Amino acid sequence: MIYRENGQFKTSYGADQQIFPIAQDRYLVVAIIAFAFIGVPFLADEYFFRAILIPFLILSLAALGVNLLVGYCGQITLGAGAFMAIGAYAAYNFLIRVPHMPLLGALILGGLTAAAMGILFGIPSLRVRGLYLAVATLAAQFFSDWAFLRIKWFTNESSSGSVSVSNLEFFGLPIESPVEKYIFCLAILVICALLAKNLTRASIGRQWMAIRDMDVAAEVIGIRPMWAKLSAFAVSSFFVGIAGALWGFVHLGSWEPAAFSVDRSFQLLFMVIIGGMGSIVGSFFGAAFIVLLPIFLSQFLPALGALVGVHVSTTAASHAELIIFGALIVFFLIVEPHGLARLWVTAKEKLRLWPFPH
Amino acid sequence: MAFFLETLIGGLMAGMLYSLVALGFVLIYKASGVFNFAQGAMVLFAALAMARFSEWIGGALGGDNLILANILAFLVAGVVMFIVAWIIERLVLRNLVNQEGATLLMATLGIAYVLEGVGQTLFGSEIYKIDVGMPKDPVMMLESVFEGGILINKEDFIAALIAAVLVALLWLFFQKTSTGRALRAVADDHQAALSIGIPLNRIWVIVWCVAGVAALVAGVIWGSKLGVQFSLATVALRALPVVILGGLTSVPGAIIGGLIIGVGEKLSEVYIGPMVGGGIEIWFAYMLALVFLLFRPQGLFGEKIIDRV
Repeated sequence: MIYRENGQFKTSYGADQQIFPIAQDRYLVVAIIAFAFIGVPFLADEYFFRAILIPFLILSLAALGVNLLVGYCGQITLGAGAFMAIGAYAAYNFLIRVPHMPLLGALILGGLTAAAMGILFGIPSLRVRGLYLAVATLAAQFFSDWAFLRIKWFTNESSSGSVSVSNLEFFGLPIESPVEKYIFCLAILVICALLAKNLTRASIGRQWMAIRDMDVAAEVIGIRPMWAKLSAFAVSSFFVGIAGALWGFVHLGSWEPAAFSVDRSFQLLFMVIIGGMGSIVGSFFGAAFIVLLPIFLSQFLPALGALVGVHVSTTAASHAELIIFGALIVFFLIVEPHGLARLWVTAKEKLRLWPFPH
Repeated sequence: MAFFLETLIGGLMAGMLYSLVALGFVLIYKASGVFNFAQGAMVLFAALAMARFSEWIGGALGGDNLILANILAFLVAGVVMFIVAWIIERLVLRNLVNQEGATLLMATLGIAYVLEGVGQTLFGSEIYKIDVGMPKDPVMMLESVFEGGILINKEDFIAALIAAVLVALLWLFFQKTSTGRALRAVADDHQAALSIGIPLNRIWVIVWCVAGVAALVAGVIWGSKLGVQFSLATVALRALPVVILGGLTSVPGAIIGGLIIGVGEKLSEVYIGPMVGGGIEIWFAYMLALVFLLFRPQGLFGEKIIDRV
């Protein structure tokens, strides 16, 4: 009864074309963002920020980037971790090598470097498609693993490839405590999400979707596949690169190339598929699922074992985590192959008609 | 020259080992259109089963009859792989018919996690060794042609032979038996195959079983070389360039691709590696595959991709 658009008349094209045409959606989103900025800092404790919220925000941003490429442009990538690494190390190098480089500048330059590398590694997509492309993008992953381990210049001559940053500040404001880090990541995420949403609504996003649905047909109606595919790689890598830089700078503080291994790439693709391909909000659902599930399992399993009187050893628990994680992923793919975002849409549809079934 | 030849032969044999893993990918993709990321986990699972069963059966037999224990263990591990294939088909694939490639890919990654977890829970997560009595000592060959001769690893040589035999058997199975024909029909068109009375589900179980046996052979050989441990699951990542280079749908492609990748890796590591700091094997294989793909997007022997609007 509450969620209904009766009486909301749109008298301009602008009103008709806005991101959330239904007023209740608008209020809800504004309320969520306001709560995230104002309410959460008072409610959450430090563990919650460090272990859940900050990783969730950063990985959402990365998943968003991957979703633009995989969900909107239809180019499956298994190399997202590489672009996170490129973003992180590029931002690090800009920060330490350029005097007086502000943090935001380093992040954006890191993102742009990742975008440039994205274009480079996106070139095979002009020729290679589908699963062949997915495997081809692994080249980016293994190349970056190798490059950041072996080429010492990137890591400022550190022997193990591990680097660290400290004393982050944003135009004079320090980013030290978990709350400050959280707010900083949240602000970047909100801006990027808005940017991504608008990109997908604009001409470029429509070109990507046309390419995804059928690239030959898209070419016939006058879309340049090269421009569309490479721009998707660039934009996606930009977001992923910024997320990588945040992951290194804000979440980890000091990191080594293993932080952006092939497992990270798989994880990001999981988020996109489980969250929902071609859906901005799906990226958030997917990131929440993948971030929360292992934490939940590692807390829950020993407790469950204690409940039935079995002592669960650490190795057994980690194996059980693997099994349950894998099984849940398969389960979700079977019951909802279109991802959690589809469940969300279905729920909204139902809510609009409630309490009537039709 | 002798050194070059030695590297070349080493590369060819390593390549045969890669093709063993690649074969599993190709078999499943050919018959069901599923890109099976769980192949690496299956190799690990099979190797773990083999290692532990040969230990347990060997212990039960009194420990003096190594060959019998190994044969029995191999059979039992084969049965285990059959059960795994059956469960995967029953619980996962049957419910995911007609889904997009990316969804299926992710489902197999989920299967990989489950297999890794179950395998290590059932069989333990230490490092085990498989001893099938393969000779470990290298032999010298062609001493009359080159000074000092060429050093060849006997174990690698036998492994390459086994791989070759396996491929020949698979080729016969695919081309000459009626089940093989049915498999190829399913690969061509699921619906058409169903409509002429080919039982799709049974075919899938068969093909996952065959892939499981291929994984078992690969697991035994890799396991006896490197020891059975968790890192065996990452062998799949080494075999992926082989698969796309040879073409996802071609059994001979997996072999030729394996040879090219094996040789390319070894030669690059020996001749280019020292210039850039070493360790370039793994990404070089991918780059090599990528270069080939730029000229033939469907791999060397893959079916030509034809687009219709």
